[in-house]
Amino acid sequence: MNKDTFKNTKRIEASLKKRYARERRFRLYGQLAVLTGFVFLFILLFDIVSKGSPAFTQQYLKITVHFDADSLGLGASPSEEDIRQANFSGVIKASLRDMFPEVTGRSDKRQLYRLVSIGAEYDLRDRVLDDSSLLGERKDIWLLAHSEAAAYLKGQVSRDIPEAERKLKDIQMDWLDTLRDDGRTRGSFNTQFFQYGDSREPELAGIRAALQGSFFTLLVTFLLAFPIGVFAAVYLEEFAPRNRITDLIEININNLAAVPSIVFGLLGLAVFINFFELPRSAPLVGGIVLSLMTLPTIIITSRAAIQSVSPSIRQAALGVGASKLQTVFHHVLPVAMPGILTGSIIGMAQALGESAPLLMIGMVAFIMDVPGSVTDPSTVLPVQIYLWADSPERGFTEKTSAAIMVLMGFLILMNALAIYLRKRFEVK
Amino acid sequence: MEGSEKMTALEPTTYGAVPEEAAGLDIHDHTDVSDYKTIGSPFVDNPKMSARNVNVYYADKHAIMDVSLDIGENEVIAMIGPSGCGKSTFLRSLNRMNDIIPICRVDGDIKLDGEDIYGTGQDTVLLRARVGMVFQKPNPFPKSIYENVAYGPKIHGLAHNKAEMDEIVEQSLRRASLWDEVKDVLDKPGTGLSGGQQQRLCIARAIAVSPEVILMDEPCSALDPIATARIEELIDELKERFTIAIVTHSMQQAARVSQRTAYFHLGKLIEVGETKQIFTMPSHELTENYITGRFG
Repeated sequence: MNKDTFKNTKRIEASLKKRYARERRFRLYGQLAVLTGFVFLFILLFDIVSKGSPAFTQQYLKITVHFDADSLGLGASPSEEDIRQANFSGVIKASLRDMFPEVTGRSDKRQLYRLVSIGAEYDLRDRVLDDSSLLGERKDIWLLAHSEAAAYLKGQVSRDIPEAERKLKDIQMDWLDTLRDDGRTRGSFNTQFFQYGDSREPELAGIRAALQGSFFTLLVTFLLAFPIGVFAAVYLEEFAPRNRITDLIEININNLAAVPSIVFGLLGLAVFINFFELPRSAPLVGGIVLSLMTLPTIIITSRAAIQSVSPSIRQAALGVGASKLQTVFHHVLPVAMPGILTGSIIGMAQALGESAPLLMIGMVAFIMDVPGSVTDPSTVLPVQIYLWADSPERGFTEKTSAAIMVLMGFLILMNALAIYLRKRFEVK
Repeated sequence: MEGSEKMTALEPTTYGAVPEEAAGLDIHDHTDVSDYKTIGSPFVDNPKMSARNVNVYYADKHAIMDVSLDIGENEVIAMIGPSGCGKSTFLRSLNRMNDIIPICRVDGDIKLDGEDIYGTGQDTVLLRARVGMVFQKPNPFPKSIYENVAYGPKIHGLAHNKAEMDEIVEQSLRRASLWDEVKDVLDKPGTGLSGGQQQRLCIARAIAVSPEVILMDEPCSALDPIATARIEELIDELKERFTIAIVTHSMQQAARVSQRTAYFHLGKLIEVGETKQIFTMPSHELTENYITGRFG
């Protein structure tokens, strides 16, 4: 007996080394996996941030503008309508010619005019509308630079590239150098990016329309999917009888969660736009479509959360004479709420990043205006990213990455809200 | 108590060691009880609740067989028996807690003050307000101590204003002899109390709606001996106002707190009688075997 015990001890000792080695190896694999994940995440983030961050500065050129009433085509006391139709672009061109008198050739002049963004004329117009005493004055004004000029000023374009392969010509670079040496260039935080909608001009394009569109779309999604999802989950989990019909419903909900999202887009197009004639490209339809897509996720996670509530709490409530409904609403739901919220946020995050179904219902249209309500045509962040990524202009490359950063910021904000709500609802 | 002194030497060794599922396998004893009539005195003169020919089924399993038993006004009746004998099932059928188990079916008459609680038009909400329950594991709501006690009165609309509610809460906590320990922390979560305190909180919650009967399903099985002693003292005080039916695995506890004891075996009510008589002179062989610790 004792001998046997001794033998066993030896045997176990002999095997220990192997067992521990296996454990160490497994740990190493795990650490490698986590590390790999981190490396990829870091590369991705670094790439996006380094590409996108220049988009948050806007380049301006200080131009001496002569608000010449004659070249503007304005009389002594112009009406607002007159000012709106005045030829500000001509004034800018004249001012640029004044600053660079040596430029004479027709094509050179055209290159010169391209230093300043088209948006500058609207800026001037607004200034005059604000203060008509500017008329006849000569004044130094910071005008928005064209995106190609801005890219040069930000150091993104090098003279090493052959001239034929870049949009900005050597002569334009010379002018910009002159302006820079005179202290007539400036970079400042791009507030317009957060104020304006999309534009054909990269320097004028902003994320506001897409941001607001995403907000409205998600609002509709949340308002529809959350209550419907939670109540469906509560009913199925607490009240529904267990029979073939509820089994069928359950299978279908699980299947719906796996349906490709573009199918929901087709459904939205066929049902909501063609049949119910809801407006195209509207966050309302987008929200409805996304809520259809999100519902299964919310129902499934909510059911899991409700299921995990300890039966002793239900018994306690029933034991003091609470009705089924009171038991569910006073005790089960509050305890399940953190889980339900987590599931809902996962669903909403999915909806936020979704673009395919929205393409089908026309949210891919080029829309410059910031939507003011859920029925205004708009686009959403992922679609905006897709649109910008598709544009050839250099300026849109950085906008694309910047939009991704905004989308991620939105996501982080949503998750932070979810964590906050979860902490609030969590019961100790 | 007299009974308990005699009982101390007879401590059975393996309480609750047999899993409930095994009950149907008849591993305890081979005495045939299939055609058995309860011996002793199941009926009393002033019944608060009376059960007649009660049968309970879990799907195909016959868990309670033809049990008839009265629960007298203001008495404490203890239900004992080996694991899986159906005592908890019987207790839970007294306030229709079995209703929430879909496969459970109850036959027979159970009356509260002469009214059939399974009759048509009987409301389980009202019934459970009249017949409260304390469970095996302390299960306070994950809310404050105050809210735990106030919940029942609140949903039944028993208090008209805050002052009345405060009064009910204080009184209930006092009756559950918990007031002195928690009066300064009423807004702290009930789940933060010790196990014994939690169970007294659950008792306070049950008595806050002023039930007529309190059912206790092994209320001390998750508690240490000191907490158990406090609950037992409490039961003794509560019997002045309430009728109490307690299921217990501890025979000392049954002997200490109850006036009558019912012994269940494999779904049958074997023997009922005065607690003293059951513990000193059990009539049935099975009862004797159980209380002397020959199985358990």
